[in-house]
Amino acid sequence: MTRTGWSGTLLPTVGALAVGLAALGLGLALSGYDAIAALAAMWRGAFGSADAVVSSLLPRAIPLILIGLGVGLAFRAGALNIGAEGQFYAGAMMATWVGLAVGSWPRPLAISVVLAAGCVAGLLWAVVPVVLRLRFGVLEVISTLLLNFVAEAVVSWMVVGPLQESRHIYPQSDPLPVAARLPLLPGTRLHLGALLALGLALGLWVFGRKTLAGFQLRATGTNPLAARVIGGINTDRVFAGAMLASGACAGLAGGTEVSGTTYALFQNLSPGYGFTAIAVALLARLNPLGTVLTGLLFAALEAGASAMQREAGVPAVSVFIVEAVIILTVLLGDVTRRKMLAGAVGAES
Amino acid sequence: MQPLLQLSRISKRFGGVEALRDVSFTLAAGEIHALLGENGAGKSTLMNIAVGLLHPDAGDIVVNGVTRAVRSPLDARRLGIGMVHQHFTSIPAFTVAENVALATGWRLRPGELSARVRKVAGEIGWDLDPDARVQELSAGLKQRLEVVKALATNATILLLDEPSSVLSPVDAEALLSIIQGLRARGVSSVLITHKLSEAISVADRVTVLRRGAVVHEGTVAATSSAALAIHMLGAPPPKAAARSRTTGETRVTADRLVVPRMGASGSGLREASFTARAGEIVGIAAVEGNGERELLRAIAGLVAPGSGTITVASPVAFIPEDRTSEALIGEFSLTENMILSQGAAAPWAQRAWLDWKSAAQRTSELIEQFAVRATGPEATARSLSGGNQQRMVIAGALERNPAVLVAENVTRGLDLRATAEIHERLRQAAVAGVCVILHLADLDELLEVSDRILVMANGVLSDFASDATRLEIGRRMLGVVG
Amino acid sequence: MNEDLLTSFLAAAVRVATPLLLAALGETITERGGVINLGVEGAMLTGALGAAIGATAAGPWAGLIVAVAAGILVAGVFALIAVRAGAEQIITGTAITLGCVGLTGAVYRHAYGPAGVGLSLPTFPVVPIPGLAAIPFVGAALFQQSILTYAGYLAVPLLWWVVYRTRWGLRLRAAGESAADARAAGVDVVQIRTLGTLIGGGFAGLAGASLVLAQVGTFAEKMTAGRGFIAIAIVVLGGWNPARVFGAALFFGAAMALQFLFQSLLVGVPYQLFLVLPYLLTLVVLAGVVGQTRAPAELGRSPQDQAG
Repeated sequence: MTRTGWSGTLLPTVGALAVGLAALGLGLALSGYDAIAALAAMWRGAFGSADAVVSSLLPRAIPLILIGLGVGLAFRAGALNIGAEGQFYAGAMMATWVGLAVGSWPRPLAISVVLAAGCVAGLLWAVVPVVLRLRFGVLEVISTLLLNFVAEAVVSWMVVGPLQESRHIYPQSDPLPVAARLPLLPGTRLHLGALLALGLALGLWVFGRKTLAGFQLRATGTNPLAARVIGGINTDRVFAGAMLASGACAGLAGGTEVSGTTYALFQNLSPGYGFTAIAVALLARLNPLGTVLTGLLFAALEAGASAMQREAGVPAVSVFIVEAVIILTVLLGDVTRRKMLAGAVGAES
Repeated sequence: MQPLLQLSRISKRFGGVEALRDVSFTLAAGEIHALLGENGAGKSTLMNIAVGLLHPDAGDIVVNGVTRAVRSPLDARRLGIGMVHQHFTSIPAFTVAENVALATGWRLRPGELSARVRKVAGEIGWDLDPDARVQELSAGLKQRLEVVKALATNATILLLDEPSSVLSPVDAEALLSIIQGLRARGVSSVLITHKLSEAISVADRVTVLRRGAVVHEGTVAATSSAALAIHMLGAPPPKAAARSRTTGETRVTADRLVVPRMGASGSGLREASFTARAGEIVGIAAVEGNGERELLRAIAGLVAPGSGTITVASPVAFIPEDRTSEALIGEFSLTENMILSQGAAAPWAQRAWLDWKSAAQRTSELIEQFAVRATGPEATARSLSGGNQQRMVIAGALERNPAVLVAENVTRGLDLRATAEIHERLRQAAVAGVCVILHLADLDELLEVSDRILVMANGVLSDFASDATRLEIGRRMLGVVG
Repeated sequence: MNEDLLTSFLAAAVRVATPLLLAALGETITERGGVINLGVEGAMLTGALGAAIGATAAGPWAGLIVAVAAGILVAGVFALIAVRAGAEQIITGTAITLGCVGLTGAVYRHAYGPAGVGLSLPTFPVVPIPGLAAIPFVGAALFQQSILTYAGYLAVPLLWWVVYRTRWGLRLRAAGESAADARAAGVDVVQIRTLGTLIGGGFAGLAGASLVLAQVGTFAEKMTAGRGFIAIAIVVLGGWNPARVFGAALFFGAAMALQFLFQSLLVGVPYQLFLVLPYLLTLVVLAGVVGQTRAPAELGRSPQDQAG
């Protein structure tokens, strides 16, 4: 995971995408669907019109990119944060709660406070696995996984309890006041979060490539022992920092989702963004700029999947198969390349 | 008489490297056969082929006159071939008995298994607790376990790969006499070593490998250590440079320093009081696990003392023994490894921003200066040979202009030429006024490089007069006082 | 608290614990070999669908067989990529689970219609064990269950014996502790890890079957709802020892069942708050337990990384 050029990252991804779509097409054909029609519907759903791109694809990409950037940061530091889903919900809850209270504030201020609230909540949600790992040795893979269930349960209570809409009929929050909503690109559903995602990607890229701290984070993730012994790096602190920043990114995504897309909190707000984003980050080799592209790719797949279900009657969930095949293909490709490199260098006895 | 084991015209390549070229080797029944060669000569590769861990590209393995396919250690076991590896192959979390069962395939009935293990150990006069966890054993006991594992399989052919490298001189001698004793019980041995004295003292015959080929084969009686050395090296061994230095101000002061043990085994550092000065090389002699690891890391500032005090002039640079996992990040380029080792003090890391260009340029200069064979600063550390990796590590350590340089087993696994070069670098550093604290597992090598010796035994450090003999130091390493 | 309430609490605990126990026992074997398979969630889900399909076609026993086969198949894909080829295990497992969610969802909708009408499947009956079921309080809870729960009971001592008393178990543990040392002792590390992973998959399939054929009597998309992940936490909680994993599964089951108890005792407190109880309790216990147990030393590391 040192530095792979664009060709080294992009080509395998495109290849894996082709394999994934081919697998889907084959599966559909074998199950008696019109595979060509289904894939065509998928294409139209994602790229068929300007409206499809701007109002369906791009809004879906925003949470995936934001969360993916955070997951990428954590993974690069060697912190296996599988809990972005929970951190996303923590951010969404806090943003909703704050958002409902700042209706009378000036809009820029209200929006800033709402998004900050999301960040902080996501960060705080990530404090638990950090403490459990550093104080008690509990692996973050296990603790972040378990905390996802906790977050989902808390949301399910929030939307029938403290945050339930004022008539107490539906299990969701009141709509956010206009002041707390992110501005939209006129005539579309694309919100300001898109710029936020792009800016964050750029910032993290600069951080990783141009700063000593970013370098040390990567060293910690690649070989914590050498980072400590030779680099004199406090790897526990790097772990904690990466984990918390990762939580903040997911929390921010929760914030932009309620204040930019749904305007309300409800159960199943996330169709598994936290998990899909792991794939997004990995496919981009944890590269922040690459994450923007893979986020767009997965958003396109999911936007396309909805269209495929509407138009060709193919269950939208089958897109998960494509995503899985893409990840596994990339993994296999990496392993094979590593083996070839190792073979060329030769084993020393 | 028919040879017991015959390795016939064995060749083996790793990628582009030819590790063994048409090597033939025979072990007669009832003999001890020394297999000599430098590190990297192919000794371990050859024996790993005999035991089925590696597979030859060409050649045959003939046991008692029958050509055999040895595809795994299980096949070797069936043929009566047992191996004692250079590095312990026992599983630390398992008990002694479980490790023996793993090696032999014995059944896991607790009482029965323990009794069998005790019996095998007892047959060669050893007392080995079958229920002890391996991670709690000393290095000497671990080595005994390795031998017991091989004998428990009823091996008639015992391959011992550098068995004395991790042992104290006395333990090593005990082991060699065991090997001689086994001969009477019908066990023939191959003793892999790079120590001439060992080969000459116990072996009947000797085969010398150099760069993957056999260069000499004959009886020990018909040769001399000088002749063997020339076979091994291809040229007379390099002479050590004379030393003449003056020492400067005190750079390290430890007072009743105590450091709890790191890792699962060893004594930890129980007490150390000493000083070290600028311009001297202080050798720390110790059998592995006697607190030397903790001492070095305490000086390097990587562990906090449990009690007592330690004052070290800064900056201090540390060269850990494990090049591939601690001293370098294999996946990183040489430039990146240089950035890692120099930290925030480097000229290219001013105000937290990285100047990649100047880092790469300085790395190029160091590659040149230290004669590192690499394709350039962008080459990954992993792609370098061991010797070149170590040159890079030392370059990084010295680049920090250290007041104190702590070096741990810096020559492990290197060939004689690279070893001599590393010695010279350390001496030059001392001449330039660096206070060098050095630990090497090999006592002879340590004595050669060091100006004075401190001994760690059972976690306690003791000082030595500079004219102490090797025997006195060796005895102290074992905790024998007087 | 009256006896009925206690008994129904205990019975619920055992019922909830059964699929978790089965999946965790299998994952214990997998992890003892040094492999962590986050794909158990997917294997369990696929097993559940397999159980539904098999049971629809030819009754619960057929469902059971299809479920186990499906679980082994999913674990086989994982083993090919993560064990044979040596890809990163956490990521492979996550991807496998993702793929299984897609596959089961698509197959289910394709087979049973887009609306996903509720299936009603033949299930395994509750079989009280004569004598034992009559023990006060615990009898009805422990010994008035379906045969799949009893299979879990039997698997505990069986797997304990396999892990700690057989040569195969010793070799499996050796592979999990140190691939290089195991190899030196003649263990085919890749093969034994593959086998451990497949056994884990079979148990995950069984766990999915117990969910469908002994509890719910139907299949629903994503019906495992993270139970496979919880099983992995239970393995850690149980210190990789089948006997203690049994205790950990019951502990988690009891924590889940506590919510039913609290719902009936503490009317007015929202039930969602009790939902978090088992997860929080697990985290707390993990924090206390982890220091005392030790994971297989090379858990999660690919054997290829340490080749040679």
